[in-house]
Amino acid sequence: MAANYNSADIAAFKNVWVFCEQRQGKLMQTSMELISEGRRLADELHVDLCGILLGDNVADMAKDLGAYGADKIYVCESPLLKDYTTDGYTKVIVDMIEEYKPEVMLFGASNIGRDLAPRCAARLHTGLCADCTHLDVDVEGYVQFLRGASTLDVDSMEWDYANRDLKMTRPAFGGHLMATIICPRFRPAMATVRPGVMKKGKYDAAKAAAVEVIKPEFSLTEADFQTKVLSVEKAARKIVDLIGADIIVSVGRGIASDVEGGIKLGQELADLLGGVLGGSRVTIDSGWLSSDHQVGQTGKTVRPKLYIALGISGSIQHKAGMSESGCIVAVNKNEAAPIFEIADYGIVGDLFKVTPMLIESIKAMRAEKEAR
Amino acid sequence: MKIIVCQKQVPDTSGKVAVNPDGTLNRASMMTITNPDDMNAVEAALKIKDATGCKVIVISMGPPPAEGMLREALAMGADEAILVSGREFGGSDTYATSQILAAAITEIGLDPDDLVICGRQAIDGDTAQVGPQIAEKINVPQISYAADIKLDADGTVTVQRMLEDGFMMIQTHTPCLLTCIKELNKPRYMSVEGIMASYSKPYQVFDYERLKDSPLIDPTTIGLKGSPTNILKSFTPPLKGAGMMLEGNGRETCDKLVGILAEKHII
Repeated sequence: MAANYNSADIAAFKNVWVFCEQRQGKLMQTSMELISEGRRLADELHVDLCGILLGDNVADMAKDLGAYGADKIYVCESPLLKDYTTDGYTKVIVDMIEEYKPEVMLFGASNIGRDLAPRCAARLHTGLCADCTHLDVDVEGYVQFLRGASTLDVDSMEWDYANRDLKMTRPAFGGHLMATIICPRFRPAMATVRPGVMKKGKYDAAKAAAVEVIKPEFSLTEADFQTKVLSVEKAARKIVDLIGADIIVSVGRGIASDVEGGIKLGQELADLLGGVLGGSRVTIDSGWLSSDHQVGQTGKTVRPKLYIALGISGSIQHKAGMSESGCIVAVNKNEAAPIFEIADYGIVGDLFKVTPMLIESIKAMRAEKEAR
Repeated sequence: MKIIVCQKQVPDTSGKVAVNPDGTLNRASMMTITNPDDMNAVEAALKIKDATGCKVIVISMGPPPAEGMLREALAMGADEAILVSGREFGGSDTYATSQILAAAITEIGLDPDDLVICGRQAIDGDTAQVGPQIAEKINVPQISYAADIKLDADGTVTVQRMLEDGFMMIQTHTPCLLTCIKELNKPRYMSVEGIMASYSKPYQVFDYERLKDSPLIDPTTIGLKGSPTNILKSFTPPLKGAGMMLEGNGRETCDKLVGILAEKHII
């Protein structure tokens, strides 16, 4: 650690920084999301928003980051930084933080961000909050957020409106509890932010042209590496794991008229959402799906963020196995189906007609988001 | 050669999660289990033990009842267990926890051919931070999200490390720290002989006295006071309102639903 660097000297730290993750020369969506969110925080703090971009031949990406609100992008390029390594990325980021002393440092909570950020925080002796879903600086905004997102009686509480700490809110215990974390005594306050949660702003061509690109000097040699990346590979689909899944699309008796087609539709919707395919008991007992797909098995409860039930009436066992899902969407021809009693959103209709439209809607929404 | 496995006892969030009126977790009313990813870490170590005959030490920081969990790991086949426990350690965030576990691992002693294996993350906090932070503090390379581990006789460690959209093959050498995901293996059950043997295997408690001379252990780096992060507020989300039946079943209805789900960041 640099001799003059002291993470407890809070006054020495300024500006909001975002780690802009790229893989194989392509910026991750989370980088744009974080730049957009970082812009808001930097405005609340009245400071600059800076991105830090590591890789090999990546400087061209700085413009895109500027377009979403970055004032400056620090670009560190080296063949040694082409692929992510804990060793190389930690060294460069820690060196940059020690040099430029940002007060806030954000990472995407990707498998890479969650490897890199804790290693950096440990080396810098500062606090890190994992997998945040909401960030605030202004206390007024934070109180407003709590009004909608909590059962707290915020009006009967005392608030220090002058407080400028980054307030990092995250779910714990599978979303049963939320916690807001602060890092009052050290800087930078560091957070990893859950991908897909922060809103990507609008692309602004004028800002893209105005972004300041800085190529700081840094030292990195082969001797800094104890790990070696042998290969990076795009992999095939995940194993079906209902328990750990964030999104489950399940099919039931409603697919009986065209089992193959129904499964294909359910799978397509699940794949599109990055989820997995489940099935009610009848789909397993009839041999339409293998048993690892079964929801509502004795003693097995799924709690995805989103559960989409296609053509499932909702037996007691089935409901017991999935009723604690974060959000339940049900599509069923029969408006009296018990599944609608626990659904957050219900559509009365034929799954073979509704599902393809749902798939189209999602694709259209994504295309629109991408275009922004 | 030996392998140190880090474990955590956690409330079983797959059962009913009980929350106190003040928004904190009612831990007393909940069952505790070994953190699921940590079971994969034990299994990974035992597999290497099966092949090489190396020693496996399980270590956990927590209150005295965590002994039960450590005994289970002994019953699965681990050789020794260490509980790191003390009032001084209470209230630690991930930074302080990794500080204390790093001190404990240093106290055990890490040799050039040793491995440290952790679960990727614990289901109570889901942070995935303690493993990498230990690695930094004991100054060894880390590979997280391990889905496959190959260890050569010369200490070369080759790991398949999962990414969201694929994987990386990464090579390093002992001593190093790995964090495991559940796809790595299927944890074995305790055997009857294992359960019998678990009570005669070495079991130690590392308290504050035992670790206090470590340079890592300082009132400014451990426990509640030494934790860089603090909880400002904890709260429960508002209860779910009644469900909403959408009108119609055409494309417009689907667009509306997708709009709502996107607005709420569910998709």
